[in-house]
Amino acid sequence: MIHKKILGKIFFYLIASIIAMVILIPFFWMISTSLKEKGALMTIPIQWIPDKVSFEAYQKLFKVFPFGRSILNSFYVAVMTTFITISSAAMAAYVFAKIEFKGREKIFALYLATMMIPGQVTMIPNFLVLKYMGLLNTFTGLMLPSLINAFGTFILRQNMMTIPNDYIEAAVIDGASHFTIFYKVILPLSKPILAALAIITFMGTWNSYLWPLIILTSKDKMTLPVGLSLLNGQYGSQYNLLMAGGLISIIPILIMFLFAQKYFEKGLSLGGIKG
Amino acid sequence: MMSFRRNKKSFTIIFFLLPSLFGLIFFSLTPMVSSFFISLTDWDVISGSPKFLGFSNFINILQGEEFWRTLKNTLYFIVLYIPLMLLVSLSVANLFNSKYKGITMYRAIYYIPVITSWVAGALIWKWVLNPQHGAINTILGYIGIEGPGWLYNEIWAMPGIVLASIWKDVGFFGLILFAGLQGINPTYYEAAEIDGANWWQKFRKITLPLLSPTIFFVIIISIINSFQLFPQVMIMTEGGPHGATQVMVERIYKYAFEYYKMGYASAFSWLLFLIIFFVTAFQLKIQKSWVKYDT
Repeated sequence: MIHKKILGKIFFYLIASIIAMVILIPFFWMISTSLKEKGALMTIPIQWIPDKVSFEAYQKLFKVFPFGRSILNSFYVAVMTTFITISSAAMAAYVFAKIEFKGREKIFALYLATMMIPGQVTMIPNFLVLKYMGLLNTFTGLMLPSLINAFGTFILRQNMMTIPNDYIEAAVIDGASHFTIFYKVILPLSKPILAALAIITFMGTWNSYLWPLIILTSKDKMTLPVGLSLLNGQYGSQYNLLMAGGLISIIPILIMFLFAQKYFEKGLSLGGIKG
Repeated sequence: MMSFRRNKKSFTIIFFLLPSLFGLIFFSLTPMVSSFFISLTDWDVISGSPKFLGFSNFINILQGEEFWRTLKNTLYFIVLYIPLMLLVSLSVANLFNSKYKGITMYRAIYYIPVITSWVAGALIWKWVLNPQHGAINTILGYIGIEGPGWLYNEIWAMPGIVLASIWKDVGFFGLILFAGLQGINPTYYEAAEIDGANWWQKFRKITLPLLSPTIFFVIIISIINSFQLFPQVMIMTEGGPHGATQVMVERIYKYAFEYYKMGYASAFSWLLFLIIFFVTAFQLKIQKSWVKYDT
């Protein structure tokens, strides 16, 4: 029996480590490549660890592309989009969870129905509308569609429904308006779920590609993924440059992840509730 | 007094719903409808107003070989991706579920590709899969295997994208399946152990059936995602070589935003929507035959 336990333990660490290695090798390869000189990229056999460590790629990256600007853009867009998405969804969720009126369920069903519409269907008309409004290549245009987030609304509503009505009724008797109740009672009680949603929204926006690619056309407006894909088009074979850019784009979200792994996990597993 | 209070209530409701309703109407419902109308036209946006065509965009797409090629490529992706992804994610979920020391660290490692952007991930994999100077073929070389041309080879390009996608997704699906595993009542396993069941029997007779709703969910989501492949294709292959990795969203993007054929692209996007809709509906219909809900 003890024999079997040790075997299980060995088996666990073996499998866990193999998978971890497979996951980490590409990252290791990225870091190693980003520290190579151009000439060291195409050697045979490959250099797992660069013979000569060089920051050439990092210097060039900021020279050929306003990469510092892209980092700032990504931060701005991710923070603002998260704020817009969460505020709008939380406000709607409050109505659907706590304020009864005729036709409420029908409107809510309409919100939920939008979850079935793939973004690729709406992106062309959305692009055209923003074009006619003169909002192409602006952050406003980029962020406007995030006003509607059916998934976030749904998750928050489910959560707010578990808050006892007694709290609200007590506040109403005290003469509180819905605005006060929302701000002083509902939001504080929803903090954990708001944090989880905020973190995955931030991550999703930070990493988002297709929509920003369509909307942002000038280099000084680009977010990191769009900038990186442009670099990929222009310097497709200068892998030290591309890997340096990729690494820089990962670091901020990685730091966030290390500090808030719990909320990341919670946020990611929200994806499992949809079914 | 009464009507004042009612007005106040309507005002409150409208105030709270306004931001999301604005988004819902102008960036979701209206575009859905107008996309359909655009799909009935020939419209390049630059030279003026759309020209009405009827359903000929749809007919042209369905009669051309490109659409069927993207469908074939997507199916090739699905056939390779889903079984391999399920196998690895199930292993990952079982690792998460064990109580050995250090699992938190392993979990953190498995999530790194999940939090990485697809663009960065695809750039990494484009380089990892480089036939002469990449990591994979070098490692294969150590064990005496001559690696294929991956993204430069019509047959191996899609498997290359599949590998990248599995690397990116197993942390996420592992987490979802892990949540499912935690929902299984441990007394089933205790009873099975008393009966002398081995590891495989427990997995086959308890875990799989009780996890089937979660597995079903994972399959639904991953098939929807498979029809929407985009960044990995755009960054790694641009649809090549010779169209071997062309997929629907990549085509829609190119038609709309590189060739400015808005009508044609919209029709393509509606076909994508219909495919996703019917594939998902079909899966929901046949789930009874294999998904067991614990009641």
